[in-house]
Amino acid sequence: MKALQFDRSAARYALARAAGEVVAGGGARVGPLRLVETEPPALPGPEWRRVAPLLAGICGSDLATVDGRSSRYFEPIVSFPFVPGHEVVGELADGGPDDGARVVIEPVLGCAARAIEPPCPGCASGHTGSCERVAFGHLKPGLQTGFCSDVGGGWSAALVAHPSQLHRVPDGMADEEAVMVEPTACAVHAALSAGPLEGRTVAVLGAGTLGLTVLAALRRFCLPGAVIAGAKHPEQRRLAAELGADEVVNPDGLARAVRRRTRSLDVGPRLSGGADVVFDCVGSAASLTEALGIVRPRGRVVMVGMPGSVRVDLTPLWHREIELVGAYAYGTEVTDGAAVRTFQLAFDLVREAGLGRLVSARYPLDRYTEALAHAGNAGRRGAVKVVFDLRHESRRPTWRTE
Amino acid sequence: MSPRPGFVLEVDRSSPPSLLWHGEGFRLERLPVGTRVVHPPEPLAAIEEPDEAIRHALEHPQGDSAPLSALLRPGMRLTIAFDDVSLPLPPMRAPDVRQRVIEAVLDTAAAAGVDDVVLMAALALHRRMTEPELRHALGDRIYDAFAPHGLLVQHDAEDPSNLEHLGQTEMGEDVEINKRAATSDLIVYVNINLVAMDGGHKSVATGLASYRSLRHHHNVHTMVHSRSFMDQERSELHSSNWRMGRHLAASGVKVFQIETTLNNDTFPDPFRFLSRREWEWTARDRATYLATTAGLARAPDRVKRTIFQSMRAPVGLTSVQAGEVEAVHRLTTANVYRQQLVEVEGQSDVLLMGLPYICPYNVNSIMNPILVMCLGLGYFFNLYRGKPLVRPGGALIMSHPTPWAFDPVFHPSYIDFFEQVLAETTDPAEIEEKYEQSFATDPWYIHLYRTGHAYHGVHPFYMWYWGAHALDHLGRVIIVGGDPAAVRRLGFKSASTLPDALEMAEDVVGRHPSITYLRCPPLLMADVR
Repeated sequence: MKALQFDRSAARYALARAAGEVVAGGGARVGPLRLVETEPPALPGPEWRRVAPLLAGICGSDLATVDGRSSRYFEPIVSFPFVPGHEVVGELADGGPDDGARVVIEPVLGCAARAIEPPCPGCASGHTGSCERVAFGHLKPGLQTGFCSDVGGGWSAALVAHPSQLHRVPDGMADEEAVMVEPTACAVHAALSAGPLEGRTVAVLGAGTLGLTVLAALRRFCLPGAVIAGAKHPEQRRLAAELGADEVVNPDGLARAVRRRTRSLDVGPRLSGGADVVFDCVGSAASLTEALGIVRPRGRVVMVGMPGSVRVDLTPLWHREIELVGAYAYGTEVTDGAAVRTFQLAFDLVREAGLGRLVSARYPLDRYTEALAHAGNAGRRGAVKVVFDLRHESRRPTWRTE
Repeated sequence: MSPRPGFVLEVDRSSPPSLLWHGEGFRLERLPVGTRVVHPPEPLAAIEEPDEAIRHALEHPQGDSAPLSALLRPGMRLTIAFDDVSLPLPPMRAPDVRQRVIEAVLDTAAAAGVDDVVLMAALALHRRMTEPELRHALGDRIYDAFAPHGLLVQHDAEDPSNLEHLGQTEMGEDVEINKRAATSDLIVYVNINLVAMDGGHKSVATGLASYRSLRHHHNVHTMVHSRSFMDQERSELHSSNWRMGRHLAASGVKVFQIETTLNNDTFPDPFRFLSRREWEWTARDRATYLATTAGLARAPDRVKRTIFQSMRAPVGLTSVQAGEVEAVHRLTTANVYRQQLVEVEGQSDVLLMGLPYICPYNVNSIMNPILVMCLGLGYFFNLYRGKPLVRPGGALIMSHPTPWAFDPVFHPSYIDFFEQVLAETTDPAEIEEKYEQSFATDPWYIHLYRTGHAYHGVHPFYMWYWGAHALDHLGRVIIVGGDPAAVRRLGFKSASTLPDALEMAEDVVGRHPSITYLRCPPLLMADVR
């Protein structure tokens, strides 16, 4: 089968890093990512299912990997070679029950997928994103589908998934909507883990997929008093306003907008007051620095974008007693007093907010360098989510016998 | 030889190209045949002995006022308020007329034994003047005598402890002015009357007022119903200020008004050609024009700004009158008209303007896009008596680079207004309703206004309201040679060249529109019949 495969190669990784610094997505041409003909992954256990991806998104973390910008933090929790792609809608393709049914993959490879008993505290409490065992069990290390050499990934014609990872796509939901469920689940989790937001002033840095879906989640679940979004490109600004931002400004005007909305004073690089909560959906040193400058004392900064290794002055964190929290993946949320799977909330939000419109471009695997270049410059090119379209790849590859 | 009056010239095939201002630069444009060019009058002769004229005016007051010397006595509180850096334009050559007048007033006060004297810059909601600006306006001798002792102050419209609410007019308008001024035995107001809107009761009722008071006339309704705000007979702005001024007088606030008018000898020697009619340009004028435009084309914006902002106008005093406010102002207005009025027969489909580098609110600073709008649709559009130079639904074409650039020290709230408010709407009424209060009461803008050199948070709103009548009247506004993004943000159309602009105006004025070019500055006021 055809797959984009990421190998361990220090030399190619260095080349990718250099190319990625010249142009985002440029690492695809020279780095460890290659289009290969390979065998589909074997089923790790009898209950596992085979899935033929239909659409698979390109995420910011994928781009960081392709461009050699990923943190070395991930080294122990990935296994090579892996097939990237964790935003996946596919079809069950193994002749088993519901064969042909469309599913969205919840990619975290937690204790259930790894057959670890008893499960870790995170998985036991439903917070699979916090699984402590992603490097253990009968699977090779891999925090998610798309980073584990045993299970494959969405950027290919086939992967395998544990039943705990599968969510049936409701009838009538388009593939373009379904592929947005995973990133939307991240956004829902981020919004709901930010503490009570009702009536509060919220700022959102970044208006790529994460920023836009966070805006939609905030508007749907959190009833904030005012949401101010910083968006660099015209299409992003338009979508941010449509998805619920009360005020959309250029990134360089965000601090001024927050200052004005919160009637704060300007104290050099920071505000005297600021937003109650800031969602950093960029994950750079600059965005984190700005987030720390525009959040109020004792406010909260939620890191939604994957930061990597950054150099940031944390003095304001200390002096203003700011809470800096991460928001990774998903699991179980509590809304209206009830525990609900994040993915379930995401399915609803994608449909209600029409998030399928965020899918801006589709590429076949053969054109992966173009796809990644497009994704790396999505905002500038008026796009949000770029996906691989595998609906025309050869289906149902020959599976390796156990 | 007496100065020639202003006049209207119709462009024909033999007419030379016309000079249009274009920010920190200018261009020669060959205007379509038939275009009417409204030329300003030549400068009136200046008073030869200005100091003598000033002293004469102080002792021979207008209206029912006693001479200044008779109003002064030992032990009294005297406040001398003066117009701020927004006047005159460009700043005049030293000595500034304010210095001459205030020196005469101080001499008179000293002779009368008055020792409680405070000088006060009548800022209203304008930015505080810098020390060099104060020194230029008042002269070093006055500055050094008063400033070190805290006796040279700048009105602070946001200092609640130094404001006096004196009730309301019969129309319910709050009258609140500076407490030191209100509780003085006498306010001497020293005015420079550059355009017909200035002076009169507006000097104290606006210059020394608070936001609470100003909002009654600095609003969209007033500006739309001031046709024009330069024409006192038809200006709601004027009427409101007059009600307030009379209320002040009835409340016991005594004002001795000193008003001055200047001729329109606007540009110093190297730039004299800017005031000359093009067909009268000498070979030297043409050479200077070519050299200047070539030099400016190569100069960075900052350098160009420095060159122009350092220009000092060789204006001369044409009149000075003192005494009771309304009687003084009648004479002043007549003198302004004497210098500036030009008769124009009827309206045209298109009004063309070249906007210069300066307006009242960017002295020593950047002419940001909001000020471009204010200068064109506010000041220049309203330079009429009778009816606008352009017909209802007509097109206004302005030439200005309109950079997306702001002075963060002088105009901080302008940046937010431009980037956040105008991004939402350009409708003055909607802007006023949705945003004015939050900007006007923003603690950060208030802090910068009080302690730095920032215009008040609400000031960009006033600039926008200044253009409300024009926005209401015009069918299209086009800026030639502007930054397209900034022009779009203003809600206007952007054109690269004048022919392009005329083509873009076609769908509101047709293919062969009548065109009037307001060749200004030097300042003029069209008397449209």
